[in-house]
Amino acid sequence: MEDDAPVIYGLEFQARALTPQTAETDAIRFLVGTQSLKYDNQIHIIDFDDENNIINKNVLLHQVGEIWHISTSPADRGVLATCYNKPSDSKVLTCAAVWRMPKELEPGSHESPDDSSSTAHTLELLCHLDNTAHGSMACVTWEPTGDGKKVISLADNHILLWDLQESSSQAVLASSASLEGKGQLKFTSGRWSPHHTGTQVATANDTTIRGWDTRSMSQIYCIENAHGQLVRDLDFNPNRQYYLASCGDDCKVKFWDTRNVTEPVKTLEEHSHWVWNVRYNHSHDQLVLTGSSDSRVILSNMVSISSEPFGHLVDDDDLSDQEERRPEEKFLFAYTFSVCSPSDFDRCIVVWPPPQSPCRTHRPPDVLVHPPGVSPLPPSYRQPLM
Amino acid sequence: MAAAAAGPGPGSGPGDSPEGPEAEAPERRRKAHGMLKIYYGLSEGETAGRPPGSDPLDPTDLNGAHFDPEVYLDKLRRECPLAQLMDSETDMVRQIRALDSDMQTLVYENYNKFISATDTIRKMKNDFRKMEDEMDRLATNMAVITDFSARISATLQDRHERITKLAGVHALLRKLQFLFELPSRLTKCVELGAYGQAVRYQGRARAVLQQYQHLPSFRAIQDDCQVITARLAQQLRQRFREGGSGAPEQAECVELLLALGEPAEELCDEFLAHARGRLEAELRSLEAELGPSPPAPDVLEFTDHGGSGFVGGLCQVASAYQELFAAQGPAGAEKLAAFARELGGRYFALVERRLAQEQGSGDNSLLVRALDRFHRRLRAPGALLAAAGLAEAATEIVERVARERLGHHLQGLRAAFLGCLTDVRQALAAPRLAGKEGPGLAELLANVASSILSHIKASLAAVHLFTAKEVSFSNKPYFRGEFCSQGVREGLIVGFIRSMCQTAQSFCDSPGEKGGATPPALLLLLSRLCLDYETATISYVLTLTDEQFLVQDQSPVTPVSTLCAEARETARRLLTHYVKVQGLVISQMLRKSVETRDWLSTLEPRNVRAVMKRVVEDTTAIDVQVGLLYEEGVRKAQSSDSSKRTFSVYSSSRQQGRYAPSYTPSAPMDTNLLSNIQKLFSERIDVFSPVEFNKVSVLTGIIKISLKTLLECVRLRTFGRFGLQQVQVDCHFLQLYLWRFVADEELVHLLLDEVVASAALRCPDPVPMEPSVVEVICERG
Repeated sequence: MEDDAPVIYGLEFQARALTPQTAETDAIRFLVGTQSLKYDNQIHIIDFDDENNIINKNVLLHQVGEIWHISTSPADRGVLATCYNKPSDSKVLTCAAVWRMPKELEPGSHESPDDSSSTAHTLELLCHLDNTAHGSMACVTWEPTGDGKKVISLADNHILLWDLQESSSQAVLASSASLEGKGQLKFTSGRWSPHHTGTQVATANDTTIRGWDTRSMSQIYCIENAHGQLVRDLDFNPNRQYYLASCGDDCKVKFWDTRNVTEPVKTLEEHSHWVWNVRYNHSHDQLVLTGSSDSRVILSNMVSISSEPFGHLVDDDDLSDQEERRPEEKFLFAYTFSVCSPSDFDRCIVVWPPPQSPCRTHRPPDVLVHPPGVSPLPPSYRQPLM
Repeated sequence: MAAAAAGPGPGSGPGDSPEGPEAEAPERRRKAHGMLKIYYGLSEGETAGRPPGSDPLDPTDLNGAHFDPEVYLDKLRRECPLAQLMDSETDMVRQIRALDSDMQTLVYENYNKFISATDTIRKMKNDFRKMEDEMDRLATNMAVITDFSARISATLQDRHERITKLAGVHALLRKLQFLFELPSRLTKCVELGAYGQAVRYQGRARAVLQQYQHLPSFRAIQDDCQVITARLAQQLRQRFREGGSGAPEQAECVELLLALGEPAEELCDEFLAHARGRLEAELRSLEAELGPSPPAPDVLEFTDHGGSGFVGGLCQVASAYQELFAAQGPAGAEKLAAFARELGGRYFALVERRLAQEQGSGDNSLLVRALDRFHRRLRAPGALLAAAGLAEAATEIVERVARERLGHHLQGLRAAFLGCLTDVRQALAAPRLAGKEGPGLAELLANVASSILSHIKASLAAVHLFTAKEVSFSNKPYFRGEFCSQGVREGLIVGFIRSMCQTAQSFCDSPGEKGGATPPALLLLLSRLCLDYETATISYVLTLTDEQFLVQDQSPVTPVSTLCAEARETARRLLTHYVKVQGLVISQMLRKSVETRDWLSTLEPRNVRAVMKRVVEDTTAIDVQVGLLYEEGVRKAQSSDSSKRTFSVYSSSRQQGRYAPSYTPSAPMDTNLLSNIQKLFSERIDVFSPVEFNKVSVLTGIIKISLKTLLECVRLRTFGRFGLQQVQVDCHFLQLYLWRFVADEELVHLLLDEVVASAALRCPDPVPMEPSVVEVICERG
């Protein structure tokens, strides 16, 4: 990669939902869901061409409401699920639905639709995950290694396991469990572990992280007070089956061994405000990316607790700026910064090239060259998403 | 001369003399004597009677020694008239005559004497001749006597030799008699217990017996003696073994046994074994004192006991041994050293056990005195037995105890600090119930500071005892150097300050997560305490230490600046944590208030929400709390009626301009954009930025955190029209009250503007409230 400059892609609306397409193995593809109360929301399909360092986009209309969470089927490249707010006068209810994107936009069908038509595509609704009895959907997560038939959704204090039948056109509630306790318990986030043949799910509510067995829908482990304040996000180490990363409002990122949950394996305190997201790199689990409302995205190199702790020159130097060249690998990250300044919506996706040195912090440049029609980014009001 | 002088006188004759002698007899006689005297060389003038005024050198003096007739005559002729001349001639003649007669008289008178002298001499001649004969006779007699004497000597010679021989035989016989009597004497001595005497006898006889042992009679004596000696030795050993008779007597026994020629090596082993028995008894009694059950005597008594009992005994043994077995040479000395080393080691182990019991107690002076005695007592055997290394070992023990003491004091200081903290916690918890938490804070700080300082001083004073001049070990190199610098200064003082900082910092780490177990006021207080340490106390304490313990060691010590930096860092972290904790409290309040409310179906706002009033109240309370300990700090200069001005900032015409584009996102940016961008770039807010040590900065931090939370929460919700208006009212209310707390009120405006703008964005039907109405509601509420 000759050009190390980040690639910036502007969105029309604010966005909070971003996901890679896991079923896609050839291209680097991200889906972004926007949030707008007044206009039709969109799902942007972003293809990053890492050879030419350019972005190709497609836009789908998502007319049912603003998107709070988005996830893609691990099996079917055309299937995705969103959690969205239904616009309503009296109350806000977040619903979840499974969608299929139009055939021509599926990866592999390179018709390169022209710009004029690109806005016209609409999602095809496959099914709703009926949550009228359970409350607002916080997130939907697919069984990572499965055939795209099983989905877990978190609705208020319920954890719901759905069976998608008849090519996903029908969602049947297979089993569920709910949290009981004082006050209003509410799940904030959940992840399906790629290990244990897909029988484990981790959820976060308030300051607690819980593990669930999907077969019995019973609790496996519970990390009380995992963070000092609200836990915002979780992710499993893709290679080490018991390792779990979490982040939260106490500005910390913690790594857990779920077999021994009394103490975190490691704690990072690099951010200076709430940490909203944490993600492992899928092939190199020493690389952990976190996004925070201190308007920073930090890429940490956690060699000491990765699956290959000894294969490196620098054994345990998580925060060093030591050059570690891995040119043969592509690891890409995309970040959206939705910007809500009082006067307008500014948002864009920044795709950084594979870092030559996976160092700690990607501080966005202070002034980003903006795509036509999109304002430059005031740096103070960026909200990272992933 | 008078005769000579008279000689030339004319006409002188003895015919004149008859008239003269009667009248002039004494005169003449005297004159005659004088002349004789002159004749015999005696100066007449010196004798006596010379008429005064006459010059002895006068040549005209007839009687003078230098009489010159010519001059006299000339003088007479020239001076005297004829008559006088005549007279003088007559006189002269008369005198000459008188002199003549005198002369004759003298000759006559002395003639007899000459005669008798001659007779006498002749008689003497005769006598001497007689004497000579007698002398000859004497000589012959003497020769005869000598002859006889020689003969007698020759005759006696033989006898004399025989007498000498006899005397020798006599002495020999006496000796033999002694030898023959020896067995019985020895027996008697042994029976009487006079072992010393017996050993002396035996010693005297031994060589002789040894020499003549080939003679049967002597042999018999020797055998007898040996039997008796063996018995004697037996008895001595018996006595020696019985052991009850104390070290000096034992030493005597050993001395006697040695004199008896017993093997020294065996004896010295036996001696040491006995000494060991005694000393072990001492050690056992010490151990009994140490015993677990009975209340141990105080450490001073213990060391006294040990010193007099064991160390004294060891000294006696050592000196006796060295006296007795000096001949043993290095091997013997080595044996003794090993002996002393082993027993000393056990003694030290006991002492250490006792001292270990003392570690818990607070009384340093007693301990130091005990150590002093202990060390002092061991100097004597140490000097006596340099090879055993007792003094060194004792010094080591003292050093170890000193080190442990330092550790103990450090623990004590830490405990005191923790105790202070507990007190503060209680004090903080108690008045809160009574309703007034504020006023105590400064006092509490002063209490804590003074209490810690007094503890430090007490510890220093206690530790200082170790280096007191009168203490015997204070001049050891360890106590002069390492103890002062590494032990006291580094280990105790610096260590304590460090641990204090760590303790304080630990409040920042773990408990905060567990729901703020540490009261925020305690954080604030500790922060101020650390800051005070940084500014004054550390340097004071270290100076005090350096003065008290004149540090001579050149090893590197922690400089004051490093410690100060650490304390400052701690203070900063504590204060930052305080800000976080307090910010979190308010944040939680705000978050709950935003999250739990149904913003879509809310009614038109009539009042400021109670939670906002609570936020302002809490902020005011924090302001008061912080104000008790920290200075005001600097605010950014603002125009005087800032609240009015800022109100206009976000709710007047400009607000309209800023909301407008949000309704029409595609509308082209107007001139606002540029200023907006400028503003956003210049006013970048770092939410958890480091806090400075003043009230304004602290409050700014808390308010920043709170408002940022409000902002983030608002962005997660969807608002109805009235929900937006409520946010507007709330924000204006906060605006009215919070600006006064912060360094830069622009910051509050900015964040609150953000909140309102975000709420507007999250509102499908954004119709802002009229600014005047907002104002009215806020003023009312």
